[in-house]
Amino acid sequence: SRTSQNLTESVTQVFQQKESLDDAALEELEDLLVESDLGPQIAATIAGKMAQQKFNSAKDSNAVRAALAEALADELVGHEGTFEPLAGPRPYVVLFVGVNGSGKTTTLGKIAAKLVKSGAKVLIVAGDTFRAAAVEQLKVWAERAGADFMGRKTGADAAGLAYDSFIRAKAEGYDVVLIDTAGRLQNKQALMDELLKVVRVIKKVDPEAPHETLLVLDATVGRNALSQEQIFGRQAFVSGLVMTKLDGTARGGILIPIAKASDAPIKLIGVGEDIEDLHDFKARDFARSMVGLEPLGDKHDG
Amino acid sequence: MFDSLNDRLSGLFDRLSGRGVLSEKDVDEALREVRVALLEADVALPVVRQFMTRAKELATGEAIIKAVKPADQVVKIVYDGLIDMLGGEEPVPVNLNAVPPVVILMAGLQGSGKTTTSAKLALRLTKFDRKKVMMASLDTRRPAAMEQLKLLGEQTGVDVLPIVAGQSPAEITRRALQSAKLQGYDVLILDTAGRTTLDEALMAEAAEIAKISNPTETFLVADSLTGQDAVRTATAFHERLPLTGLILTRADGDGRGGAMLSMRAVTGLPIKYLGAGEKVEALDVFDARRIAGRILGQGDIVALVEKAAQEL
Ligand SMILES: Nc1nc2c(ncn2[C@@H]2O[C@H](COP(=O)(O)OP(=O)(O)OP(=O)(O)O)[C@@H](O)[C@H]2O)c(=O)[nH]1
Ligand SMILES: Nc1nc2c(ncn2[C@@H]2O[C@H](COP(=O)(O)OP(=O)(O)OP(=O)(O)O)[C@@H](O)[C@H]2O)c(=O)[nH]1
Ligand SMILES: [Mg+2]
Ligand SMILES: [Mg+2]
Repeated sequence: SRTSQNLTESVTQVFQQKESLDDAALEELEDLLVESDLGPQIAATIAGKMAQQKFNSAKDSNAVRAALAEALADELVGHEGTFEPLAGPRPYVVLFVGVNGSGKTTTLGKIAAKLVKSGAKVLIVAGDTFRAAAVEQLKVWAERAGADFMGRKTGADAAGLAYDSFIRAKAEGYDVVLIDTAGRLQNKQALMDELLKVVRVIKKVDPEAPHETLLVLDATVGRNALSQEQIFGRQAFVSGLVMTKLDGTARGGILIPIAKASDAPIKLIGVGEDIEDLHDFKARDFARSMVGLEPLGDKHDG
Repeated sequence: MFDSLNDRLSGLFDRLSGRGVLSEKDVDEALREVRVALLEADVALPVVRQFMTRAKELATGEAIIKAVKPADQVVKIVYDGLIDMLGGEEPVPVNLNAVPPVVILMAGLQGSGKTTTSAKLALRLTKFDRKKVMMASLDTRRPAAMEQLKLLGEQTGVDVLPIVAGQSPAEITRRALQSAKLQGYDVLILDTAGRTTLDEALMAEAAEIAKISNPTETFLVADSLTGQDAVRTATAFHERLPLTGLILTRADGDGRGGAMLSMRAVTGLPIKYLGAGEKVEALDVFDARRIAGRILGQGDIVALVEKAAQEL
């Protein structure tokens, strides 16, 4: 009949209107992904998936980007984790690990401030007994946050300090113990062994501790982050990932291959040097910012 | 995960062997492997593209097509190209050619290694060049940044401008210049706060410091583990500051070193030193051959290239 013919016609029309991305557009997408540090392989795979999608207009670059962000978010949502030290046992011991300059001390300071603000009794421990003025830096953060501070002279034994701080926190009824460590490159086994020693002495007090070991990654880092995750993850029992410095030009796309490889979820992101510049990791917002789009919906973040 | 380029190419050419001469398509396929290898080494995409165009011209020549071991030949072409892009084999020494105090300005992203490298460089200039060096910290923002430089001064035996609370970076710069002049220092090293290039206020502050201090050397201190952001960062700093050279830190890591190539390629600036450890002695003069070898994968690239050269 006429009606059914019309229907078929319009369906065909709609279908025909749907466009695929041409080769140039696909290449542009793949480049965007490579330039966000996803790596050549994953960039190619995701661009391949985009090739199968149809768009009302393949020229509408915002719609295409939004679809790409969705594809990226799909890779990350399963790896979104939460950091809830006050929901766990007391004192809840958190250890900060990572390569040099990644943002461990600053992230610790920001976390301490949030916890103190919510009424927790927090002990900050200056476990970086190596770097010049690392102790003084953390002490300033403890003052800013209003948390108690425990530290020793540069050159002191970090493991001994960690042990003593845990004992003290138990005795004095602290809710959370935040232990900083010296930055170290994961290919230096002697330094990794020292870190393991810190973990071991904490376990001597309580085999369940540290309750959280956060690996702090710098957003500007490239493929080396995979090795950081692998080696710190395996040797230091990392339970959560933090990515800092996302307020710069780096997009932090290395988190996608890392999420694929890691058991530890991504928990927090750093977006500046100030005390409030720490947010929960939200896979969808993160994926959108990777392709240069604003987060959806509620823009303000507590 | 990171196979060396030679492993990748050998695998590819093994599959093609027995076919006699290589076609242009075979070479194209080989160059795609080169592209992946460079990206896996963190060479930035725009630089990879530029490099591939040049490599393709060379690789479609007779030598490759007829070579007994085409993989070795491709590696040699890529290796030579990398050395070239890294600025050749000859190191470029630090420039101290100015009326003292010669000012050296250190700039870069947060945590890149500016303060540590300031102390390393000061120690080097004191020890090997017998210069009288003063360091000053203009970092009024990061907690204990000034104490860090002060302690490093004590460790290295290098003088540090006394800390005066409440001064702005511009004021400290003027005070440092004046006291270096009055006290007859040869070199003044200015350590600055870390900044992202999107932070307009801080980029303007850095430009102002450069204007006041008129540095002979302005170094961008960057992390050699940087990924694709290397070109964005290097370009942005180069636009705002009178950069004269690059120092790449954390070369003691197991990174492949593509960021060095990328930063050098987009700025055209020489890489002058590599930071190779946390200790104050760990500053090496840059060696392009070592880095080219790392980018292509571990393995003994230099020996391989020599072998390929004999075959040519
Ligand atoms: N822009 C920006 N800077 C950050 C962020 N997090 C940390 N930083 C800065 O990065 C630099 C290094 O941070 P630290 O917290 O000292 O890093 P660390 O890992 O403790 O360093 P080491 O102890 O030396 O290994 C400092 O200048 C911080 O202010 C962030 O999210 N954004
Ligand atoms: N392994 C290694 N660590 C380095 C190297 N250079 C610096 N570091 C470490 O990197 C971290 C950051 O170094 P800093 O000198 O404080 O960096 P910065 O650029 O002054 O940091 P901000 O002032 O916070 O921006 C410290 O832990 C240093 O010990 C290097 O070449 N190798
Ligand atoms: Mg620290
Ligand atoms: Mg500094």
